Amino acid sequence: MAFAAFSSNTPNKNSGQPVKSGKIVLALLLPGLIYLAMFFFIPLVALIQTSLVKRVSTPSVHFDPAWNWQNYADVISRYWPQITRSFGYAFVATLVALLISYPLAYFIGVKVRHRPVLQRLMVTLVIAPFFISFLLRTIAWKQLLADHTPIMEFVHQIGWLQPSQSFIGSGPAVVFGLIYNFIPFMTLPLYTTLERLDVRFLEAGSDLYASPSKVFRKITLPLSMPGIISGTLLTFIPIAGDYVNASQDFLGSEKTSMIGTMVVQDQLVTNNPQTATALSVLLMGMILVLVTIYVRRAGTEELL
Amino acid sequence: MRKLAIGRFIFPLYALLALVFLLIPIVYTFVFSFNQARRRNTIWNGFTLDHWANVCSRQDLCDALGTSLTISFISTLIATILGTALAIALVRYRFRARSAVSLSLFLPMATPEIVMGAGLASLFFSLGIERGMFTVILAHVMFCLSFVVTTVKARVQMLDPTLEEAASDLYATPTQVFWKVTFPLLVPGIMAAALLSFALSFDDFIITYFNAGNVTTFPLFIYVAAKGGLPPEANVIASSVFILAILIVVATQVYGNLKKKRLALAK
Repeated sequence: MAFAAFSSNTPNKNSGQPVKSGKIVLALLLPGLIYLAMFFFIPLVALIQTSLVKRVSTPSVHFDPAWNWQNYADVISRYWPQITRSFGYAFVATLVALLISYPLAYFIGVKVRHRPVLQRLMVTLVIAPFFISFLLRTIAWKQLLADHTPIMEFVHQIGWLQPSQSFIGSGPAVVFGLIYNFIPFMTLPLYTTLERLDVRFLEAGSDLYASPSKVFRKITLPLSMPGIISGTLLTFIPIAGDYVNASQDFLGSEKTSMIGTMVVQDQLVTNNPQTATALSVLLMGMILVLVTIYVRRAGTEELL
Repeated sequence: MRKLAIGRFIFPLYALLALVFLLIPIVYTFVFSFNQARRRNTIWNGFTLDHWANVCSRQDLCDALGTSLTISFISTLIATILGTALAIALVRYRFRARSAVSLSLFLPMATPEIVMGAGLASLFFSLGIERGMFTVILAHVMFCLSFVVTTVKARVQMLDPTLEEAASDLYATPTQVFWKVTFPLLVPGIMAAALLSFALSFDDFIITYFNAGNVTTFPLFIYVAAKGGLPPEANVIASSVFILAILIVVATQVYGNLKKKRLALAK
């Protein structure tokens, strides 16, 4: 699995022959699997079921069990802007996060390899944002990038933004927040792959007169593909379903609403669980399709 | 050669800038925990230690913290036990549905939180279960489980099976082998998984938001307070949690180093 690169940094060479199964394996597996079935798979079924009910508003709001596929048509026509925005933001943010993270991960994983203490310190700093509340981190940026802060005065002065324009509430502000919040998820898997990169391959490449850019394209990049795949998945998926950054109380405005915004609004504010769940099912389905295509593509390229 | 010299200078500078960028909001949160402000903690008014001295002057905030700690502790405990068992089974035993089990454990990690949150809310709604601390714990165990499995699995894969074989050759029963050999060797992985799942649970907002009912966790408190103005005490709590977490990470690394050195000496 692509995700394996996220946590395992040793190749599976010592595991030997797995022992034969029996009652023990059942005892080990069953509790966890039953839990998974009850609170992951059954909720997915409940989600699909709810996405098909019919909302009746007279005499009072209630929901009739049905096969009301109309909910999906409603959701697609009503929330099309949010759907394209979510995937657009996720695409841009993932790409930028990759471009920012790769050199950082390369530096930590390859360049400071001979100084383990510094390396470990840098890894700790990369994961440090995990230890402070996600919401507070986002609020911090909201306040740092609000109008009339030193940063924004500077941005206005050099003319990146018109004096009348605020940054907070705009699409770029939301994408900025998404990039910031998910960089560690990109950097970590890249680091675990690059840390294992055998530099002798790179030396061999340059010994054979390959230019540095050719060494990078033909050796470093293909060897770091597992990290790139798991990093991009670990950022793209949560970003596509993010609720916090685009919310009006954080970095967004009503012009930046994403799929998550609409799911929360329909489920928790306007009491429309049928559209909230239909939109969730749609999001999950689109992600699964995209991920499958992506992993297949990347997988074959890796072989070339 | 000239190119190399430039590269030598640019790379560290870039890494430094990137790390500074990552740390800016943390420093900001820490600095503003010392701000003389009551509700709208957005403009610097001067230095004070009041918020650190009287964190619980906002009783509701401390209650939310207590709730979060309870939820994270219970969820971590359950998820770690279930996940460790799954990880051992997946690496050590060969059974027919093994790849199917792996895939179904991977799926929750590929599911956006919003989907999982809405799904669980639909389930609790259709079963008529009232949402509260209980439903939040059920949800947290769920999303921590896969991360525990992945983390512990990596450790089980590193384990040398000859050690266990040696123990059984010396007439240890399977139970003894597990508790005297396997388990102690897995402890670092299990600890890492528990810390990860505690951090995930403590910081979770979306899934909790969907399933909390009237319960207020620390992230939910921040979310609600953010609309009206966040009290500086929230910064105090977040900063303390941050310092504590960093201390734990550093302590485990130092401990790991010492152990490695001792092993090297023994050899």
